[in-house]
Amino acid sequence: MQASRLPAYVDILVIPLLNLLTALFVAGIIIAIIGENPFTALSIMLKGAFIYKGGLGYTLFYTTNFIFTGLAVAVAFHAMLFNIGGEGQAAMGGLGIGLVALGLGGILPVPIVILLAIIGSAIFGAIWGVIPGYLQAKRGSHIVITTIMFNFIASSIMIWLLAGLLMAPNQMSPETVSFADGVMLFKIHQILNSMGFSVARSPLNLSFVLALLCCFAVWVLIWRTRFGYRIRATGFSTKASAYGGYRPEWIIILVMAISGGLAGMMAVNEILGVQHRVILNFTSGYGFTGIAVALMGRNHPVGIIFASLLFGALYQGGAELDFEFQTITRDMVIMIQGLIILFSGALAYMFNPFLERIFLANKGQKEPENG
Amino acid sequence: MSRNNLLLIVGVIVVAAVIIFNLDMQVEDKKETVSFKPAVVFDMGGKFDKSFNEGVWNGVKKFTEETGIEVMEFEVTNETQREQAMRRMVDKGATVVLGVGFAQADAISKVAAENPNVQFSIIDVGWLDAPNLRQYVFKEHEGSYLVGIAAAKATKTGKVGFVGGQDIGLISKFACGYVGGVKSVLPNADIYENMTGSTPSAWNDPARGAELTRSQIDRGADVVYHAAGGTGVGVIQAAADAGKLAIGVDSNQNGLAPGSVLTSMLKRVDVAAYETFMDAKNGKFTSGVKALGIAEGGVDWALDENNESLITADIKSALEAAREAILSGSVTVHDYLTDQTCPY
Repeated sequence: MQASRLPAYVDILVIPLLNLLTALFVAGIIIAIIGENPFTALSIMLKGAFIYKGGLGYTLFYTTNFIFTGLAVAVAFHAMLFNIGGEGQAAMGGLGIGLVALGLGGILPVPIVILLAIIGSAIFGAIWGVIPGYLQAKRGSHIVITTIMFNFIASSIMIWLLAGLLMAPNQMSPETVSFADGVMLFKIHQILNSMGFSVARSPLNLSFVLALLCCFAVWVLIWRTRFGYRIRATGFSTKASAYGGYRPEWIIILVMAISGGLAGMMAVNEILGVQHRVILNFTSGYGFTGIAVALMGRNHPVGIIFASLLFGALYQGGAELDFEFQTITRDMVIMIQGLIILFSGALAYMFNPFLERIFLANKGQKEPENG
Repeated sequence: MSRNNLLLIVGVIVVAAVIIFNLDMQVEDKKETVSFKPAVVFDMGGKFDKSFNEGVWNGVKKFTEETGIEVMEFEVTNETQREQAMRRMVDKGATVVLGVGFAQADAISKVAAENPNVQFSIIDVGWLDAPNLRQYVFKEHEGSYLVGIAAAKATKTGKVGFVGGQDIGLISKFACGYVGGVKSVLPNADIYENMTGSTPSAWNDPARGAELTRSQIDRGADVVYHAAGGTGVGVIQAAADAGKLAIGVDSNQNGLAPGSVLTSMLKRVDVAAYETFMDAKNGKFTSGVKALGIAEGGVDWALDENNESLITADIKSALEAAREAILSGSVTVHDYLTDQTCPY
């Protein structure tokens, strides 16, 4: 990441907001061109994401997915590894849940099955991260290439299993039978309703809490442990890290295990939280969007929570646009999401020179004697 | 100094937010109470897939044109949205909700059970059971049998092809009927069958469809029938590029490459969509499974100005004869799904 001479709050607050507003501005122009009022559209998007019945629940549900995949990318990035394999690792995580839930459901007590399923998702995801990690560390195969390849391998394995061995009988979708009764995570609306609050139904479930716990764990790991220091040292300079007595190969492998495990746990939200059976393509691109989330969240858990919330709101609010307007189709919605990813991800630093001129010029006038 | 800048920026953002919200005070989450409000949930292919979903959309359009009643619609983009979309339609006051395709079976059975007062209907599903759910299945084997006869009459090499979408029983049903039709005319014909893939993405992969078609043409096929949704656009294009014939499916695809599409096997999902809404509107909605075949006008072959030069008198009379034979019961086309085998 390029060194920025801007004050920290500009980097973490002003630039993302400026990028977001630019993206919304461009999207607004396009919405105006197709003949709708962009302000109405924006307002429906916001209301759909936060105010309408169940809207916030759906937003936080999508947020949960993005937190997991965003954290996965961020952890790897601290060791300067670009993990593009979140999609495949999440798919394998789903397989881990499915094997545990289908194999042990009905045999062991439900809470134990759920716990094992969550662990299973992390282990399966971790394995799918470790193999590219090993190849990078010991064989020098570039992690970007191998993780992309592993997405395809995971996808093919899932197809092979779900359209074959694990496919539920007497129907035509590539999916497994439903898990045994009770093998699922509680929905937040069920918990709140049982406590006396009236909350609309949504797929938001306890995975959200798990995601927040993971954020905290990642923060502790990266900034408060010796291992985290080694990760960051390896990220800054592999050679210096090796000179300092660490073994970068092992750090790379372990980081990829953690990264893959986090991505794999995305499946907890989708499979254990909502679908209660393994389906094909439940990852729906969340693994890839995680890259944009990590980039926007500046690889920090707090930033990732906010970036995830933004993308969650975009997904849910975008669906709401499709519901409300006949002229705004899902392709328009994807375009708006794409613009935001473009401006806040790919063009994240577009405004840096401009802002640097403003802020540093200001500084230069006031503190000439220091220079 | 940086504090001033910060305040300025925060101020601009607050002002912008206030303006945005105030410019739009008239939009409310309105829920009208009307006695009849139809809704349709399209699947991943999208309503302009030139095939299955678009067929439904044509039926919806016809209903709207005739009655002037707007139909709420939604196209899903991920797995979670199927159920969400159905619930959202019910929340918005829909009295009848139409689901498109078997992938929505799970979502519709859940939402239908929770909303006994709302009518639901789904196309291509016949294995569910709910008192407020109508299910449409089509006798695709009958229509495929007809176009199989057309293919056998039109081929010069005695070799014909079939490109399926997702490798599932439903598509084998198309393939089996087609083979039956071809062999009823040319018992020794070579028939090449390929499936595009085993996942739903196989419905939307025109490049792979074109590739499979070219390989079948290389092996000598000169008529290729597809049952592959959006993938079929590639099948038709490849056949047209090679100067061979293709057979369309679901919607009338004769116009996609005029002169190169022999005919289309019409699966009248538009009839199912139109009938669902009309019945619901007129209070004649019934639950249960409806099987639409040749007799019910659910499947047919397409003849229009784009292919009338290709359909010779010989082909036409053979098709009419086969049609009559199926209607009278003297020919029964085997349905692959009944025993998962194809006897032809």
